[in-house]
Amino acid sequence: MSWISKTFSSSIGRKIIMAITGLFLCSFLVVHLVGNLQLFKADNGVAFNAYSEFMGHNPIIRTLEIVLVLGFGFHIYEGLSLAIKNRAARGAQGYVSNHIEQNSSWHSRSMAMLGSIVLFFLIVHLYNFFGSLRFTDVPRDANGNEDAYALVLDAFRNPLYVALYVVAQFALLYHLLHGFSSAFQTLGLVHRKYTPAVKFIGYGFSIVVCAAFAAMPIYFYFFK
Amino acid sequence: MAGSNPNAKPMNLTLKVWRQKNRITKGGIVDYQVKDISPDMSFLEMLDVLNEDLLRQGQEPVAFDHDCREGICGSCNLFINGRAHGPEQGTTTCQLHMRKFSDGDTITIEPWRATAFPVNKDLSVDRSAFDRIIQAGGYVSINTGGTPDANEIPIPKDISDRAFEAATCIGCGACVASCKNASAMLFVSAKVSQLALLPQGHVERKTRVENMVAQMDLEGFGACTNIGSCAAECPVGISLENIAILNQEFLAAKATSNNLA
Ligand code: HEM
Ligand code: SF4
Ligand code: FES
Repeated sequence: MSWISKTFSSSIGRKIIMAITGLFLCSFLVVHLVGNLQLFKADNGVAFNAYSEFMGHNPIIRTLEIVLVLGFGFHIYEGLSLAIKNRAARGAQGYVSNHIEQNSSWHSRSMAMLGSIVLFFLIVHLYNFFGSLRFTDVPRDANGNEDAYALVLDAFRNPLYVALYVVAQFALLYHLLHGFSSAFQTLGLVHRKYTPAVKFIGYGFSIVVCAAFAAMPIYFYFFK
Repeated sequence: MAGSNPNAKPMNLTLKVWRQKNRITKGGIVDYQVKDISPDMSFLEMLDVLNEDLLRQGQEPVAFDHDCREGICGSCNLFINGRAHGPEQGTTTCQLHMRKFSDGDTITIEPWRATAFPVNKDLSVDRSAFDRIIQAGGYVSINTGGTPDANEIPIPKDISDRAFEAATCIGCGACVASCKNASAMLFVSAKVSQLALLPQGHVERKTRVENMVAQMDLEGFGACTNIGSCAAECPVGISLENIAILNQEFLAAKATSNNLA
């Protein structure tokens, strides 16, 4: 199997892992967002709790959860270790004068930093909700479902959490403004006819997804 | 002189030049003044003036690489005021003219920086890593025999145009020098896609990309993150599309070549 391990330990192979896991995580964002939109329903969390109960106990979802953890794991490990490797390739002696801002965008150069903010958010986020739901006994609502909605209400009373969640969405926004179309470039899916559409969809996707996620803590803090 | 501007006023400039004795010693920036520089001079001619001054004063001239001085050899590699090959888009340093600067300017001149491109002396950098990448597969084998007829192998015009565009890479290394990751992907992709597009390149197609990428990694270049500094600074305008082709070629070769190692 050495040719396989060689392929995926080469610089291009590792990039391919970044791109595939990155797009997979984008698909996860869609599922996560569509489910969470039920938070905006004016039913005091009945639908959201039912959805959350389903996500927590359905065997298919639980299996996909393992894939998701692997996806995040590979993306984060490869992303950070490539960033360190690239830093070493740049060398110890930097330029005295370097106007890199004239040839590239800030967010495209800041993927590791933006990703690290998302990672920090992710840890806090898992602690806030996933940890409580999976590992502690949460009170149940009138339908006998675990009251995840109450957890959300409670967390977003804290302005620090609200601020962190919103900042993290900005980080994710800029991560994806570069990342979405970058993944297509990495996979070689570039064509003069279709690449402009990929770029356009990437921008739209990033803005809509991140704005909708950021709206949740803001809505709960100010209107609930 | 033909094409020169009789009204152009000579310029006085302050140069901040990276000086370094050899590979081992630490270098640093040294300030120099140059006087009466004609705006019609090329950047390298301006450095020639500096070196003549230095020689007259009994000092060591500044080492910098150059050869053709007409934008085709890829030797004249200087990082000028924070940009590879200076502020002008689509030019090598030898084709950069002093009329792009103004009297009284301060110009910072540094060598290419990358772990895989060690500084030999002053502004002169060892780019032999590029030679080793080309040796690993950036060629086509031509067997001896009768002279083949011209145009015997039909190649569609748009394919031959794209291959030619990729073939214009002069191997200067501005892509590596300007890349945040010191990645050589633009350089490698130019050669790989040039030869993958042409029928003559198909014999060694799979081993070429496997070996060139392996050598690129071995030399210690970084991994591409699609930032695009390379294509923006490339003096001949090699496009990022070539990197997409390289990635596809690499995956296809790895998945289908007979090379198990
Ligand atoms: C839901 C969360 C995330 C999504 C949807 C996402 C998506 C993406 C995408 C699509 C790319 C482009 C891949 C390419 O250029 O081929 C990317 C790159 C990157 N991501 Fe993420 N990412 C997420 C979280 C993270 C986290 C937590 C980190 C951890 C530090 C991270 C670090 C990076 C880095 C360093 C890159 C650039 C790597 C490269 O281009 O080689 N990302 N991401
Ligand atoms: S791709 Fe452009 S910048 Fe890189 S070596 Fe070739 S000519 Fe120079
Ligand atoms: S000296 Fe040959 S390209 Fe500039």
